[in-house]
Amino acid sequence: MGIFEYAPAPESRDIANLKPNYRPFLGGEFVDGNGEPLKTINPATEEVLAEVGTASVSDVDVAVKAARKAYNNVWSKMPGSERAKYLFRIARLIQERSRELAVLESLDNGKPIKESRDSDVPTAAAHFFYHAGWADKLDYAGLGPNPRPLGVAGQIIPWNFPLLMLAWKIAPALATGNTVVLKPAETTPLTALVFAEICQQAELPPGVVNILPGAGDIGQSIVEHGDVDKIAFTGSTDVGKLIQRQVAGTAKKLTLELGGKAANVVFDDAPLDQAVEGIVNGIFFNQGHVCCAGSRLLVQESVAEEVMEKLKYRVSTLRLGDPLDKNTDIGAINSAEQLSKIKGLVESGDTEGAHRWTSPCPVPERGFFFAPTVFSDVQQSMRIAREEIFGPVLSVLTFRTPDEAVTKANNTPYGLSAGIWTEKGSRILWMANQLRAGVVWANTFNRFDPAAPFGGYQESGFGREGGRTGLEAYLNV
Amino acid sequence: MSDRISVAKTYKLYIGGKFPRSESGRVYPVNDTKGKFLANAAHASRKDVRDAVVAARKAFGGWSAATAYNRGQVLYRVAEMLEGRREQFVSEVAASEGVAAKKAQSLVDTAIDRWVWYAGWTDKIATVLGAANPVAGPYFSFTVPEPTGVVGVLAPQQSSLLGLVSVLAPVLATGSTAVVVSSADRPLPAITLSEVLATSDLPGGVANILTGRASELGSWLASHGDVNALDPTGAEPSARAGLAREAANTVKRVLTVPDAEPDWTDTPDISRLRRYLEAKTVWHPLGV
Repeated sequence: MGIFEYAPAPESRDIANLKPNYRPFLGGEFVDGNGEPLKTINPATEEVLAEVGTASVSDVDVAVKAARKAYNNVWSKMPGSERAKYLFRIARLIQERSRELAVLESLDNGKPIKESRDSDVPTAAAHFFYHAGWADKLDYAGLGPNPRPLGVAGQIIPWNFPLLMLAWKIAPALATGNTVVLKPAETTPLTALVFAEICQQAELPPGVVNILPGAGDIGQSIVEHGDVDKIAFTGSTDVGKLIQRQVAGTAKKLTLELGGKAANVVFDDAPLDQAVEGIVNGIFFNQGHVCCAGSRLLVQESVAEEVMEKLKYRVSTLRLGDPLDKNTDIGAINSAEQLSKIKGLVESGDTEGAHRWTSPCPVPERGFFFAPTVFSDVQQSMRIAREEIFGPVLSVLTFRTPDEAVTKANNTPYGLSAGIWTEKGSRILWMANQLRAGVVWANTFNRFDPAAPFGGYQESGFGREGGRTGLEAYLNV
Repeated sequence: MSDRISVAKTYKLYIGGKFPRSESGRVYPVNDTKGKFLANAAHASRKDVRDAVVAARKAFGGWSAATAYNRGQVLYRVAEMLEGRREQFVSEVAASEGVAAKKAQSLVDTAIDRWVWYAGWTDKIATVLGAANPVAGPYFSFTVPEPTGVVGVLAPQQSSLLGLVSVLAPVLATGSTAVVVSSADRPLPAITLSEVLATSDLPGGVANILTGRASELGSWLASHGDVNALDPTGAEPSARAGLAREAANTVKRVLTVPDAEPDWTDTPDISRLRRYLEAKTVWHPLGV
């Protein structure tokens, strides 16, 4: 064993308090759903973790009624200062149960424990703390006089950050006085149902939060329900368009946080070692299952070779494997379906003529894993430069001038995020100004904070989450 | 009344700063509310919509990059010129809407004042809606609102000038560019507004005004891949769901508008400005 080799340091799965069965949370109680139960698996081992009861279309109606009743009778009447205290309680309980939530999240999602522990769960708690404070200060949000809640919010979240996306949705909805019917993703329902327990622990009035596990049909019936006032969706652009079509012509307020194909632009004067860390974080964080992932690397031609060399070396040191091991950098792909989608797009890169390099890291035999992959000689017309891969696959393109970088970066129907690496301040600000994206990270990447609005331009969706701007999504102003 | 034969005017479209006829060659008669013939207006087609979107996209780079102060100056100059054409607008609004001269005068005055109100917003809206974000880490993070892009506007059918100004000025104030379909039956004030815009300092293509039928052209705007937002105010309420469905194919921002045309004399708020702005959050590390 060399001096820099790692010994396994797995977090104990017992901490997750895994139960054999989980049930939908409706009107303040866990109930038997009328849908077909689903088995949620550990994507790192393909073993079944638990059986989860799902909602049926009729359960959706019951949940919306419960949310409406809670809205009319309790939540919309409660002073903001009182609502705030429930949110503060929830935030504290997330912190207190953070280790349990982190391990459970890594088991169900496949993400490395160091990410669920240091990023997902603390940021989820931070969202509740942040929004708790807004509940009695909405008159100061600058969105107009007399801001009023919308009513019942239907929320549909993805599998890439199950608890964090729940927090992004539920915290602002409750702070602004709305009640919630939320559907977690089919493959990652567990932390949402532990969150339901936290709502009970916090003595949140029944019906204020309802959580209905299920597949796309449940999401659809939430979207179509006549007594839902607002729909918030995070997920793919294709499904987002479908939802926008369904909501068309109704009074429902809609916000969409959809896909992306972010350009991460590296200029020749960038601190290259720092930039390489940012590139790696930008695309390999959370196995690349990030809507704002820096999946298109644009490198200035004069440093392209040097960057590629440093990048390959750095990527080859990433450790792939057991998500519960504290040394793991890259965990499991969330599902067999997603793995096959990644493989398909990677094959298209090969056949369209890009040059593929794959990290020589060992890949476990069981579970859904995909070794970090970097494509060079990528042309803008290739599928791997245009389509969201949602996996640990980076496409590298080059440019000569800042104008060319801007043109290439903006050459996409998406517009969620972008990265800039340069030491020149005036160029950072000029680039930030030119890039058509909702979040621009300069000399950093993948930073998230409840105080900083997040969301997209163009086909990456509309509406923002976080900050003062994000409150508008849940207010009648 | 003299015996002089008046000079009849040929009305045209306003696209890219120029006044072309409809490529379709179509015109339609415009009458006053009592059915008396006023003029023939150009009847814009799908191709005219596409030309106008191309012009609006081309103009977006320059208009959105202009300083907010400069945009404010340009828009204020438009208001000055509206004031200069006040009498013409009053007679056209009176004929188009069938209101008495005094009422028409008051509507025109409100329209001019509304334009001034929006002109003053250009260099303030970013302060009001932007933010310095107090993030939990060693980063400087700020959020600025930026213009959405090309906006398709179906102007109100009833309020021929005040309504038009109320839906067009906020688009321009944000730095977005516009393709407007005027009121079908009351297009004359829109045509005169085009002439004002053309002789003001507004760069060609920033505002494009088409006379024609929202029922025919709305769908082409809603489905156009290079339009970023849609204001369906001038569409029939029964047609709005269909337009919104078409707009969903490119995730357009679609304004929610009331079924009945609002009272445009009500004091406006910033909600229309907000709908044409995208919040951009920028992060940079702090360090030495």
